[in-house]
Parts: sequence; structure tokens; C-alpha cells
Amino acid sequence: MSHSELKNKQPALHLPRYFTAVLVICLVLLGLCIIASLVLGSKAVNGQALIDGLFHPDIDSFDANIIRKRISRTVFCLFCGAALGVAGALMQSVTRNPLADPSILGVNTGASLFVVCGIAFLNINTANQYIGLALVGSAVTAVFVFGIGSMGRGGATPIKLVLAGAATSAALSSLVTAIMIPRSYAMDQFRFWQVGSVGSGTWSGIGAFLPFLIIGVLVAFLTAPALNALALGDDVATGLGVRTGTLRLIAALAGVLLCGVTTALAGPIGFIGLLSTHLVRLILGPDLRLVIPMSAVSGAIILTISDVLGRLIGSPGELEVGVVTAFIGAPVLILLAKKAKVRSL
Amino acid sequence: MRDQSLEFIMAGRRQRRRRWIVVTSLLAVLAIALCCAMLLLGNTIYPVKEVIRALSGEQLKGVSFAVNTIRLPRMLAGLFAGFAFGIAGYTFQTMLRNPLANPNVIGITSGSSAAAVFSIVVLHASETFVSIASVIAGLVTVTIIYLLSRGRAFSIGRLILIGIGLQAMLDAVISYLLLVGAQQDIPAALRWLTGSLNGSQLRELPPLVVAVLVFAPVIIMLGKHLDLLELGEQSASSLGVATDRTRIILILSSVFMLAIATATTGPIAFVSFLAGPIARRLTGAGFSNVIPAGLVGVNLVLAADLIGQFAFEYRFPVGVITGLLGAPYLIFLLIQMNRKGEL
Repeated sequence: MSHSELKNKQPALHLPRYFTAVLVICLVLLGLCIIASLVLGSKAVNGQALIDGLFHPDIDSFDANIIRKRISRTVFCLFCGAALGVAGALMQSVTRNPLADPSILGVNTGASLFVVCGIAFLNINTANQYIGLALVGSAVTAVFVFGIGSMGRGGATPIKLVLAGAATSAALSSLVTAIMIPRSYAMDQFRFWQVGSVGSGTWSGIGAFLPFLIIGVLVAFLTAPALNALALGDDVATGLGVRTGTLRLIAALAGVLLCGVTTALAGPIGFIGLLSTHLVRLILGPDLRLVIPMSAVSGAIILTISDVLGRLIGSPGELEVGVVTAFIGAPVLILLAKKAKVRSL
Repeated sequence: MRDQSLEFIMAGRRQRRRRWIVVTSLLAVLAIALCCAMLLLGNTIYPVKEVIRALSGEQLKGVSFAVNTIRLPRMLAGLFAGFAFGIAGYTFQTMLRNPLANPNVIGITSGSSAAAVFSIVVLHASETFVSIASVIAGLVTVTIIYLLSRGRAFSIGRLILIGIGLQAMLDAVISYLLLVGAQQDIPAALRWLTGSLNGSQLRELPPLVVAVLVFAPVIIMLGKHLDLLELGEQSASSLGVATDRTRIILILSSVFMLAIATATTGPIAFVSFLAGPIARRLTGAGFSNVIPAGLVGVNLVLAADLIGQFAFEYRFPVGVITGLLGAPYLIFLLIQMNRKGEL
């Protein structure tokens, strides 16, 4: 049975009654975030400049130019947030583990290590080279972490996966530091990238990002019904006609693709997948056909808010968005750990 | 028959004691050798006699500066911090009965480190203030972890997860403070994120030395009770350990040492995690491993610092080397624990 047949067999998408309200609120929030991201920063500009910058390309004032400069950053930020949100949702359902998130599983650090090696030893500098290396790095790390985490009794329980991720992350980041320190020339290029910053978002970077984002999100949408079945357990899913092995592989690849590319271009940004997915689940329930698209929206919102916060707090410079998301996201991890039943740890 | 088995047990005990004494003495000898190496090695290698004369207070051109101002503080910082990290790590691991539950993984050192950075970078405070602040922060972090992981059902896995989350937050705070303080130069960042002995000065050391001299003996004296605590709450109290009081004294003492060591050298990566398991593997079970763990900590820090200084073209801070050594061991330990189903 193919996935499309499965989709037909699943009950029609049941939208909660308040779904419209939630959607409207999300879109309004998204709009506000975009405006905030354009207007606020180390130099705040007013509404007039915003309108000038966006709709009157002929007006060439200082403030209007600031707005124009911030457009690419904002778009980039939205895309990264969406990609990370979807990646989080995919990884959580593939591993059937509520704590799976690219940063917690150490996938980001794997991508970092490969990019750093590229900068230090291979002199890479284009977006596509970054992306290629980061993808390989995150895929290798994902396999490694999942391999360690699923050893022994009970398979990949949340605690085992998180510890495997944290340990791998620690190992890889000491390697990153050791490679980086003696090479001051690579340092500047890298340091900015390392903590996670969307400030480097350029149109060419967005261009390189877009194809991967589209592929990843498309795969996520298409596999959502089958992933719903997987949530019932491997046996039930197989009984429903899902080829669990193939499905896991495809969905995991899409997740790694999304977070690898984001890491390549924006640096390791943590906890977005965790935050956005759990927020959506809390409000809209567990149906992945809803969770995946809404995670994209909420991921974009959260990352943009974090970026604006980072610019305001760090003013006149800026605080990298990775720092902000770690500070906002880690409490969610703590909360989840607190709520989880002991046996499922 | 009974006499025979008693004899057998006593023989085993004697053998284990002999092993403990041999291993501990070897560790101590190695530590002394490494201390000497720290004083003797450097950009210029001075004759032993001159180094000794410089140490005893004679003013020798070049030698005095290199030995007394650079190498001696560095060696002492490594010595005392290593001992503190080793003992404190071992205490936590034994008390919580899990090698992963050590201050480095569950964020206690990050708490102290954050407080130290805040006092130094933002408040420009004195050494004493920095030490006090990091002790308070360490204690607060422990309390938060305890309060959060308490609840209907305590589980060590939950505690570790909560600690990892807390650590992520605290590291974010450290990054932010380094940015605010406009001190985002690499040496400062490395010191506060991975630990380093670079730039240790004699005037920074008194709090650390006092803390180790006061609290290490406390933990060593409670070593036996610590081992009994590892058997579990009920067994320990039926064997006559005042569990709550012992636990509080142990936690306070180790956090004091740990926090002040962190305020002096930064959180030297993985030393508090590695020392306990290594010491246990070397000495075997049966006798308190507090002292061996401390000595392993000293050896790790000093050896890693020497490697970092001289093994490569570039000088690496000690935390990077201990990180490179420690992280693979952490993964190895994790694989082992998973296989045995201990998690």
C-alpha cells in the first residue's frame, strides 16, 4: 500500500474548532515579527522609513536603506526558523522521542566540525561548499548518535539519546576548538558563524538555501500521514501498510537535510525544533499533518523574535541568535524532563 | 571451616589495601614529578640548581621572573584546581551513584563560571568577591537542580537531563556576559568556557589554597561514609551513617572547592568527570577513593597542561586537551552503560 492510499484511509484532517483563531493569531504574530525585525535593531527606525524602504525604491534616505538591508536578514531568519521547526518535528517522530532536536542530538556540532575542517584545511568559502560539508557532517553525526543511543535494552529512550547527543557534542566541540585556536585567520570567519547568527543572511545565501528548504518541507508534508501511523508503534504502522524502515530513512534524511543546511548557513542554532514543535502540540494536538506545517510557522516566529531580542539586548553590537535560543529553549528541555514519566526516560 | 573463610577474606582485604597503597603512592610520585616538570620546562630550560635558588628567593636575572612569576603560579593553580575538581567530581559521582552525574555535565561548574565572569567582567570585583560569588552561584545551581528533579519519583536520569538543560542556559549566559563586557577576545572566552591555566597569578591563588586545605580533609574524613552512601539510603542509615547530615556536608564541601577552583582557572573540561572512574579502575573497590581521585585530577590537569604547552606548535589551554581526552572516554562510558542497561 502506498502512502497516498494510507492517506485516504486516515480520518479526514480534524481541525480543532479554534484552529482558525490560532492560525490568525500566528499570522498576525508573524507579521509583527517581520515588522519588528525590520524596524528594531542597533538603530531603530520609524514607520515612515519602513514604508519608504519597502514600497518606494526611489527614496534614498539613510533609514530607508537600513530597512532594505534588513529585508534579506529577515527573510533568511524566517526560512531558517521554518526549516528548524520542521526538522525538529521530523526527528521527534522518527525517533519517537519528545526530546529529539538537532542541537540536543549533537547534529549541529557535527555540521560545525565539518565546516571548520573545511575552513581550516580546504579553504572553502562559498555557500554551496559550506552546505555540502555541513550535510555530510550532520548525517554522519546523526547516525553515530542514534547508534550509541539505541544500544542496549529498550532501544533509543529519550535519556540515552540525549546523553549520547550531549557526549558527542562535547567531543566534537573540543575538536572544533582544537582545530580553531591555532588558526587565527579562520577564527574570525568561523567565530561569527559558530554561535549561530542570521546576520550574515544575504540574497545569494537565501538562493542557495531555498531548494533544500523546499525539498525538505515537501518530503515532510508528504510523509506526515505515514509518520502519524508510525506514532502508534512499529507493529501497528506495519499493519497499516507502512514500510517503517524506508519511511524512517526518508524522514530522517529530510530532517538532517533541513538542519544541516540551516547550520551551514546560519551556524548552529539550538532548541528551535524542540520549542516550536512542543508549543504546536500543546495547542493543536499530535496530528503531524497539522504539527509539521504549524511548526514551520512557529519556528519562524520564535527564531525571528530571538533574533530581534539578540539585537536589542546586545546593542550596539548584537547577541548571536544561538545564544538567545539556548536561553529560551533550555527551560523547555528542563520542563519536558520534569514532566516525563520515569519509565519513559 | 569458618576460620578458613575468614582467613580468605582477610587475605583479600590485605591484598586490596596493598594495591590501594601502591597505586596511591605511584599517583603521588607522578604528581610530584609533573609539578617539577611544570617548574623546569618552558621556553628556556634553566638548570635545576638555578630554579631551586630562584624558588628560595634569590634574585637571578631571567630565572626568577620565569619561575616565580610564570611557572610557579601556573603549577600551583593546576595542582590545587586539579585536586579540587577530582575530589568534588568523585564525591558527586559516588553520592549520586552515576558517573555521569558530575559537576561538569550537570552544570554546577557552569554556574560558578557564569558568576565569576559576571563579577570580573561586569563588576570588576576583587578576588575574594569573585570566589564568594562563584561559591554562592554553585550552591544555587545545586539547589535548583535538586528542587527541579525532586518530585513524585526521583530518577537520576531526570536529574542529569535537567542538569544538561541548565548547563545550556548557563553557557548562554556566559556568552552573553563575554559580549557585554566587550571581552570577547579568545583567551578570556576559552578560559571561561573550557578552562585554562594561562595567566595564573600568585595573588589569585589564596582563596583556592585555603578552600582545598579546609574542605579536602573534610571529604577525605567522610570518605568511608561516602562509600556507604553509595549502597543506598537505607543500607547507609542502617550501617550508622547520618545520611542527610553527611550528604549536606559533602555537597557543601565539594561545591566550595569546585566553585573556587572554577573561579580561578575556569571550568577545566572533564577533569571532575574523569578523575573518579580512572581512580576507581586503578585502585579497585574496597577502600575510599577520595585521595586517589584527587591525585588523578592533579595528574590530569598538569599532564594536559604540559601537553598543551609543548606537544604542538601552538600552545593549547589545558581545557582543550582535557576535553579531547575526556570526551571520547565519556562516549565509551556511555556505550558501556547502555550495553549493561544501566540507564
